[in-house]
Amino acid sequence: MKRGPSSFNILAVAFGLAFLYLPIIILVIFSFNASRLVTVWGGWSLVWYRELLQDEAILSAAWISLRVAALSASAATVLGMLAAVTLTRMGRFRGRFLFSGMVYAPLVMPEVITGLSLLLLFVAVNLDRGFWTVIVAHTTLTACFATVIMQSRLLDFDRSLEEAAMDLGCPPFKTFVTITLPLIAPAIAASWMLAFTLSLDDLVIASFTTGPGATTLPIRIYSEVRLGVKPEINAICTIMIAIVALGTIASSLMVKRGASRRERAALGAQV
Amino acid sequence: MQRDQRTRSWGARIVILVPYAWLVIFFLAPFAIVLKISLSQSVLAQPPYSPVFDFAGGWEELKSFIGQLSFDSFRLLGSDSIYLFSYLKSLQVAAISTAFLFLLGYPIAYGMARAPKAWQPALVMAVVLPFWTSFLIRIYAWINILQRDGLLNEVLMRLHIIDTPVVWLSSDTAIYIGVVYSYLPFMILPLYASLEKMDESLLEAAADLGCSRWSAFWLVTFPLSLPGVAAGALLSFIPIVGEFVIPDLLGGSESQMIGQTLWTEFFSNRDWPVASAIAITLLVLLLVPILFYERLQQRSLEGRRS
Repeated sequence: MKRGPSSFNILAVAFGLAFLYLPIIILVIFSFNASRLVTVWGGWSLVWYRELLQDEAILSAAWISLRVAALSASAATVLGMLAAVTLTRMGRFRGRFLFSGMVYAPLVMPEVITGLSLLLLFVAVNLDRGFWTVIVAHTTLTACFATVIMQSRLLDFDRSLEEAAMDLGCPPFKTFVTITLPLIAPAIAASWMLAFTLSLDDLVIASFTTGPGATTLPIRIYSEVRLGVKPEINAICTIMIAIVALGTIASSLMVKRGASRRERAALGAQV
Repeated sequence: MQRDQRTRSWGARIVILVPYAWLVIFFLAPFAIVLKISLSQSVLAQPPYSPVFDFAGGWEELKSFIGQLSFDSFRLLGSDSIYLFSYLKSLQVAAISTAFLFLLGYPIAYGMARAPKAWQPALVMAVVLPFWTSFLIRIYAWINILQRDGLLNEVLMRLHIIDTPVVWLSSDTAIYIGVVYSYLPFMILPLYASLEKMDESLLEAAADLGCSRWSAFWLVTFPLSLPGVAAGALLSFIPIVGEFVIPDLLGGSESQMIGQTLWTEFFSNRDWPVASAIAITLLVLLLVPILFYERLQQRSLEGRRS
């Protein structure tokens, strides 16, 4: 759009961003509040972070959540890549419609349904619920998000590079590894990050599929929050927000730097 | 060459088969189990079942299986008005929230599409970023604000708009605030995607032909953004109907949304057949919007490929 933004446009965007960020900013500020009350400002303090470090239950839940998120994000990225390649490079095959349906449905399916159905599956095959069942459940859900991200990247880039490699006798698998994989690398990183945060975030599906000894961080936070606001929860939330924000900024910088390096290399090759 | 062809089809088959099998086992098959459990119940009164299923093979097995089936759970859903009210409340919350999301999200998305091109990636990032921070945390942040001695009451009382604290938390208002807040990025991003693609020359043509900016918006811009409106509305409406966390933490206890009812039946009452029956009914209710969403999604990707 060429015509510049009107003052109404600017106001709408400013209001939207304020609405999205104000509650998060308030939460971060109050995690440093020395007072236990939200309305009373008792000065800056790290007391809640110190209390957090002594809370064994939260720390062990955080450790479980991080492992679940890392493992399920890795599995989901691989699975999502296969699914994205299937949807973009395999043309028509029998059952394609069902396949794409199964990829898109979990994106909007209410979590209580997905959680319940997976739990009943685990019960039906007599699987002990716990760490691994949560990983399987999260992999299933997040793989669909990963598929959509990588699918759109695979659709966007220039197919002729792949075709040229294959015409020159490069076998499909090698073509994929040497041509396609580097080109979709940013999408792979983004998929892994999104899968990781979705898993770290999930309460409903984890509640259904978990078992004794595998209490994840959201389950722990949820049971504390139900009892009311606790400043320690503000502190752990701030830490999680900081991790996600840093990770997002770092990965976007990495992608940008990688791109400019490639551009420079291409320029050098031309000279 | 011949060998090459064969290895490719063999490898390709694995590429297709692995995610296909995974989704069939962990997404599709469980629904059959949910259906089976919603129909099975260890109660005394088991209605005799129609003999349509009298196949020759596995007669005994089939008979005992069918003998266990009962529609009691579904009958309970129909007879106790709690369930009906839960469904109605969920639909109401989802419909009203989606309308609010549209009214709020459209001007924001429109403003983003109007912003200087150089800013747009940063603005998209700014809208996406809250989505990357925990859903639970964002709902929790609102408890800080909405609770009785929370910030909203404090600010309103300082400004002398209210004299006594207003009960915001544990009310439908809080649910609407939480839902609109959480789902706003889902509404903005598809709207922005469809508005950003818009061809400026269409608006110039409309202006040249004597169209005012206002009528140009309604005659050109808005109709062209309808796919984005549909995508944003479906991406919000469908999950909101089954929402659990938001009404549970922000809403009151007098009426429940269906996601909460399912949760209570499962975790508190330990009535798995009824919980399964709720899930099946909810799925049937959402089937049409889900299929509509799938078609939209497929069409937009097919369109890009050509």
